[in-house]
Amino acid sequence: MKPIYLDYSATTPVDPRVLSKMLPYFTQLFGNAASKNHGFGWAAEQAVDEARAQIAALIGAEAKEIVITSGATESDNLALMGVAEMYKEKGNHIITCVTEHKAVLDPAHYLETKGFEVTFLPVDKEGMVDLEQLEAAITEKTILISLMAVNNEIGTIHPLKKIGALAKKHGVLFHTDATQAVGKIPLDVIDMDIDLMSMSAHKMYGPKGVGALYVRRRKPRVRLSPIVHGGGHERGMRSGTLNVTGIVGFGEACRLAGLEMEAEAKQLAQMRDRLHQGLEAKLDYLYLNGHPAERLPGLLNISFAFVEGESLMMGMENIAVSSGSACTSASLEPSYVLRALGVGEDLAHCSIRFSMGRFTTEEEIDRTIEKVVATVTRLREMSPLYDMAKAGIDINTIQWAGH
Amino acid sequence: MYSEKVLDHYNHPKNVGTFDGADEAAVGTGIVGAPECGDVMKLQLKVEDGKIVDAKFKTFGCGSAIASSSLATEWVKGKTVEEALSITNSDIAEELSLPPVKIHCSVLAEDAIKAAIADYQSRQS
Repeated sequence: MKPIYLDYSATTPVDPRVLSKMLPYFTQLFGNAASKNHGFGWAAEQAVDEARAQIAALIGAEAKEIVITSGATESDNLALMGVAEMYKEKGNHIITCVTEHKAVLDPAHYLETKGFEVTFLPVDKEGMVDLEQLEAAITEKTILISLMAVNNEIGTIHPLKKIGALAKKHGVLFHTDATQAVGKIPLDVIDMDIDLMSMSAHKMYGPKGVGALYVRRRKPRVRLSPIVHGGGHERGMRSGTLNVTGIVGFGEACRLAGLEMEAEAKQLAQMRDRLHQGLEAKLDYLYLNGHPAERLPGLLNISFAFVEGESLMMGMENIAVSSGSACTSASLEPSYVLRALGVGEDLAHCSIRFSMGRFTTEEEIDRTIEKVVATVTRLREMSPLYDMAKAGIDINTIQWAGH
Repeated sequence: MYSEKVLDHYNHPKNVGTFDGADEAAVGTGIVGAPECGDVMKLQLKVEDGKIVDAKFKTFGCGSAIASSSLATEWVKGKTVEEALSITNSDIAEELSLPPVKIHCSVLAEDAIKAAIADYQSRQS
């Protein structure tokens, strides 16, 4: 059986159209974009300028507002640490939430050790922050709100426009980690009052190792202290020779997303619902993780009660997905995102994230349904918990001997 | 990533099932683990004249947990109660070539054997 890839939220293949744009920049147009005195450099600089404009166009920004990085993790670090360092005289308080990616949470924890105060807002059971709670958390010392656009595990979409308006009203900068959103849902930094936005190429059919941070230049002009010092590239915010091939690929990926996003989103939402309905038709005790409506098209996170996630993945050989099970993580802890939603640890162990993308076919979805149903059914026949559930015993009332 | 033996037990588990209510004094049941930890094993032994004549299991857990409990049921069959008590988690881990991160699965299987035997013994008095 040909392997089926349903882990697009982890990474995507490079679109062949993107690759063909990149290829000449490896061997023929290999110049350093910072070489200002010869044609090799000029050709590279021109390619970067063009790509920068394509990246900016996708989010309603200007080319000059795009700072190229190595990826979203670096962008998140630059946003948090750069703002903290630059605005520390103004205040030392940052607001974020508990379901953010580690690339935001870890710099936030680091800043706590440097004298900053960080509020980690809780989320509701569908993964949303409460806007009233957000507003109440803002103090005179608040310099930054960092809230993700789309959650990487459950696909919940935060109300960016409302958050942006709130931040603007209080004169606080608004950063959003939009790694999972760019090229998938419409984003407009003007309309949504976004001051800083992290992006990654490899989540949207571009190459790995390149990303960007949108940094607003007007109303307000956002300033950042660099975290990488050197030749003063990227307006001094991020030194280092530009990854020209990667940037060209990122630009082309953004151009294609702009053209195809709307139709693609419709198709992906249909496939996601086909998968969900197909599973629900044949299996009981399924629990959707995330928001039922405000959710990324193409992402489905489900807990298959009484079946442990890793064993389910083992049975779905040749189908690539992710699980919130502890057994799939280095820490042996189940997903902190699911736990933050109040999903019981027993159900967090049973969760599978299916993420579909540009090259997913309906036939693959149908084969996936078949394989998942067969595997879950087989494993439930082996599960003592399923027996108990069928006998009407609530497993939460049992005194388990943990280990 | 998984050893051949783990895959084989996962794909063709031995002795999956439950002994029904009959013959209660002869059957010992051990349930170990917890759903929030991601694994629960239920292991049952049927004992005749001090010898384990049959064993069954049901497991919620990863492939290595399923394999460990499947192997445990294979191993205890034909052994006396005392012999079964001497099976250790390292025997199981070694037989299945479990990586360090999966050792707790074999520990759970050893605990399940011991719990089932303790339950059996408590029924003899």
